[in-house]
Amino acid sequence: MILADLFVVALAGGGESGGPLDVNPGVILWTVVTFIFLLLILKKIAWKPILNSLKERESFIKESLEKAETAKKDAEKLIADNKQNMLKAEDEARKIINQSREYAEKLKSQILGESKLQAKKMIDDAASEIERKNAEAFNKLKDQVADIAIQSAEKILRESLDKDKQIKLVKKYLDDLSNN
Amino acid sequence: MWTSDSTIVTDTLKAASGSQDTGWIMHHVLDARELDLTPFGIIHLPQIHLFGMDLSITKHVVFMWIAVILLVLAFIVARKSYQKSLVPRGITNLLEILIVFVRDEIARPTIGHGFEKFLPYLLTVFFFILTCNFLGLIPYGSTATSNISVTATLATISFFVIQIGGIMKNGFFGYFKGLIPHGIPMWLLPIMFVVELLGLFTKPFALAIRLFANMTAGHIVIMALLGLIFILRTYFVVPVSISFALFIFLLEILVALIQAYIFTMLSSLFIGMAYHQEH
Repeated sequence: MILADLFVVALAGGGESGGPLDVNPGVILWTVVTFIFLLLILKKIAWKPILNSLKERESFIKESLEKAETAKKDAEKLIADNKQNMLKAEDEARKIINQSREYAEKLKSQILGESKLQAKKMIDDAASEIERKNAEAFNKLKDQVADIAIQSAEKILRESLDKDKQIKLVKKYLDDLSNN
Repeated sequence: MWTSDSTIVTDTLKAASGSQDTGWIMHHVLDARELDLTPFGIIHLPQIHLFGMDLSITKHVVFMWIAVILLVLAFIVARKSYQKSLVPRGITNLLEILIVFVRDEIARPTIGHGFEKFLPYLLTVFFFILTCNFLGLIPYGSTATSNISVTATLATISFFVIQIGGIMKNGFFGYFKGLIPHGIPMWLLPIMFVVELLGLFTKPFALAIRLFANMTAGHIVIMALLGLIFILRTYFVVPVSISFALFIFLLEILVALIQAYIFTMLSSLFIGMAYHQEH
């Protein structure tokens, strides 16, 4: 009912003044032409390139984010590696120092021991030498004393005539001996 | 009840189109054969009669063309900006927000998989309606989308896009078979088929009426509020009229955006329903 009325009014209202529900075939045709023209031209100049640019940019941003993420992970790994390496190096250095210190200590004690031994040996050698020399000298002295005694005895035997002479002789030889 | 309602509507429409007192409102809202640039003069548009049809260029056609020119210029600028760098600046920023909005908030959620095919259509419809709506809000402007012929044509194009999209995806018979919901009794099939077939046509019809009515109503209200000044012939009503008209005008800006969004959104929704019938 109402639709029919509206339709009648719309038809009646057609013409120059027109009603709000007046359908104008010219406008319809121009709308179709305009819209399809706009669709085609915008599809060519706008939608394709702009949507492509948007997609490109979105993928670029996504890629960049992913890249940044991997770079961050790499850097973190690198830092961890560095830290570990440094710790290792420090350990190594400490080990080397300790080792060398130990070695030096050992060397020192060894050298010390050796030199002590040598010194002792030298002292011992010297002592035995002295002993030997002493003994030699004593033996020589003993021989000499014996010789002198024998010689003096010979002389005594040769000149054993009187007591005076004997005493004189003994005295003389004793003097000789003491002069010696 | 219905009769009285219809008489009121009929009378109003008659008065609107006939009466001298309110004619100036309709003059501003309706299509015309000339561009009224008072006080600078009136430009008479060329009248074309072809194949027994009146194919004259009217005011609304001119404003559609202005919208086309503005859009083409804006997108040429945007494209150049994208060729220079992927980072948007200036007007490109605004356009990009709207494009991304249509793509990510309208097309992707409502159509889902395969929405890229319909994106050019949806974007064009959105920007075209938006520009036409806004052109009606500038001085000497006229809203092409407050013309039922324009909105009906846009809705018809939407109708074809929906049907062709559905038929291309599901096949001709598959598409019409898919219109009928699963699991209904056999004897209901003929009725359901008719109902669903009618539903195909009511959707674009609603689209056309919604856009037309929204874009027309705001203008009529603004005109009526301003008209109070001349009808009541007093200065006291001026502040009221101006402030209310300003409020409606701000509302119109919102409505211009919302209606462009709704038309695109519903078109996209219907395309999605026809495209993925399993839902």
